[in-house]
Amino acid sequence: MSEKIIEKKDVEYVAQLAKLELSEEQKELYVKQFNDILTYFKKLNELDTREVSPTSQILHSNLTFHEDIPRPSLPQEKVMNLTNSRKDGYFKVPKTL
Amino acid sequence: MQLNELKGIDYIRMVHEKELSVEQVILDIFSQIDKTDKIFKAYLRTNRDEALQEARVIDRKISNGEKIPPLAGLPVAVKDIICTEGIETNCASRILQGFIPPFNATVIRKIKDAGAIILGKTNMDEFGMGSSNENSAYQVTTNPWDITRVPGGSSGGSAVAVAADEALVALGTDTGGSVRLPASFCGVVGLKPTYGRVSRYGVIAYASSLDQVGVLTKSVQDAALMMNIICGYDEMDSTSAKVPVPDFLSACRDDISDLRFGVPGEYFKEGLNPEVKDAVLKAIDHISKLGGKVEEISLPSIEYALPAYYLIGMAEASSNLAKFDGVQYGLRIDDNDDLEDMYRKTRSSGFGPEVIRRIMLGTYALSSGYYDAYYLKAQKVRTVIKEDFDKVFKNIDIILCPASPVPAFKIGEKIDDPLTMYLTDTYTMPVNLAGLPGMSLNCGFTNEDNLPIGLQIISRAFEEENILRVGYNLERHYNHTLKIKRPKPPVG
Repeated sequence: MSEKIIEKKDVEYVAQLAKLELSEEQKELYVKQFNDILTYFKKLNELDTREVSPTSQILHSNLTFHEDIPRPSLPQEKVMNLTNSRKDGYFKVPKTL
Repeated sequence: MQLNELKGIDYIRMVHEKELSVEQVILDIFSQIDKTDKIFKAYLRTNRDEALQEARVIDRKISNGEKIPPLAGLPVAVKDIICTEGIETNCASRILQGFIPPFNATVIRKIKDAGAIILGKTNMDEFGMGSSNENSAYQVTTNPWDITRVPGGSSGGSAVAVAADEALVALGTDTGGSVRLPASFCGVVGLKPTYGRVSRYGVIAYASSLDQVGVLTKSVQDAALMMNIICGYDEMDSTSAKVPVPDFLSACRDDISDLRFGVPGEYFKEGLNPEVKDAVLKAIDHISKLGGKVEEISLPSIEYALPAYYLIGMAEASSNLAKFDGVQYGLRIDDNDDLEDMYRKTRSSGFGPEVIRRIMLGTYALSSGYYDAYYLKAQKVRTVIKEDFDKVFKNIDIILCPASPVPAFKIGEKIDDPLTMYLTDTYTMPVNLAGLPGMSLNCGFTNEDNLPIGLQIISRAFEEENILRVGYNLERHYNHTLKIKRPKPPVG
């Protein structure tokens, strides 16, 4: 078995960041799987990239912006119809505090 | 011959020459779906009534002598990651169950404007995350060549619909091989165009710097036919490229003697199934016979592509999938304490295990203290991979290699070991990292199990015409020399 890169508390912390709730069983499984996967990912360190710039846009012919002209969007009613949790043109959510 | 067995290109010729009834084509397709899709499970849902109605409209136009659009009734299966107005689109995920898009993706608008008929939405790995279709929240699609095997993923439903004559052509998407891998496993043509060639507007995002819409078809010309319609700049997608769209069908012509081919040694090392190797080498040999100049090339950093690909894909996924929070659409778990609790409960019950795994790993790779070691490092490695391709494409025009190291594997064989499953994408994902186009073309079958083998044809960015030309020349050779095989009809 490879070196342990992450532990249960790391999995719990990441779940909290990602707004996910995990069972104890899932946490155990992910600790094992994530260590295997991250150990494999560490392979990248074999490649010297000190002089390399990171890719931000793969093809430079891309990235175009259209003129900022106001135009109709989807009608509000059509969009609000995608949920039952709505009232007076607003989305209804549980209490936040 | 049943009309559902037609190639797209033959359908188009016949419909324009008034040689068939569009309604009969649609009826034959649904009769096939009724017969075989209980076993193959390619479709998540079908659009039968509307499809028949649209077919009758086109038939009427034909009999009235009216002008008909280029795709005039061409029946298309659509991967469930592409938004279709009025037809549920849920990405094979519980979190989007019941989501009926209020708009069409640009590709859907384009094919509908050209007269195509949407047959239904095809199964996939949830949000495109998987190589076998086993990560669908709803059903496991089977491979028509052997129903105990996977069809490949993530556009497995689309590949099977085409392979099993349940559609004439299909749309898929490809982030790390999701069009080419299932095409290879199911023995159909699967083309992933250059990044930026096709608009992603209305395509539910997995990894935005890699995702691209592609086509799955029964012939190379069918792929060209679809490319003629779906490509082009779209102001709704800021990554779509302002480059001219050629006539891809006229690229399907004789003679490849002006093209220089490269075969990367790195793709033929350990891990490659010997029968796959043999079929691909035979295809390369035939390229030489057709007058193509073939040389060995090297992509020395390719072994670092897979971890870079997964890190970038997972990081982008963790960001793209943050919007699924239960507030505006899709699933919401109402039994909660407060807003945060609603987010957590909704996301945890709405996403499947592989999606959660990727969101978690992506979040980790982007989190404070780890960003440089993982995400930034992966983006630097991506630059190195891109430079490897740039270098070889100075001297050659086309790369030839296998689409997958192995033929279709058994259902259940890899699902419990995510890392082993990830390795399935080894030969396809470098193309996505470099933004290049690539196509899988059936080039033979394994001896004992009779499973399709895919040859991958890769070109420089925006040179899909060369890929199609090479594919067209090879395909004609196979049509003459290989015994034409069809999947066995399913039992029961």
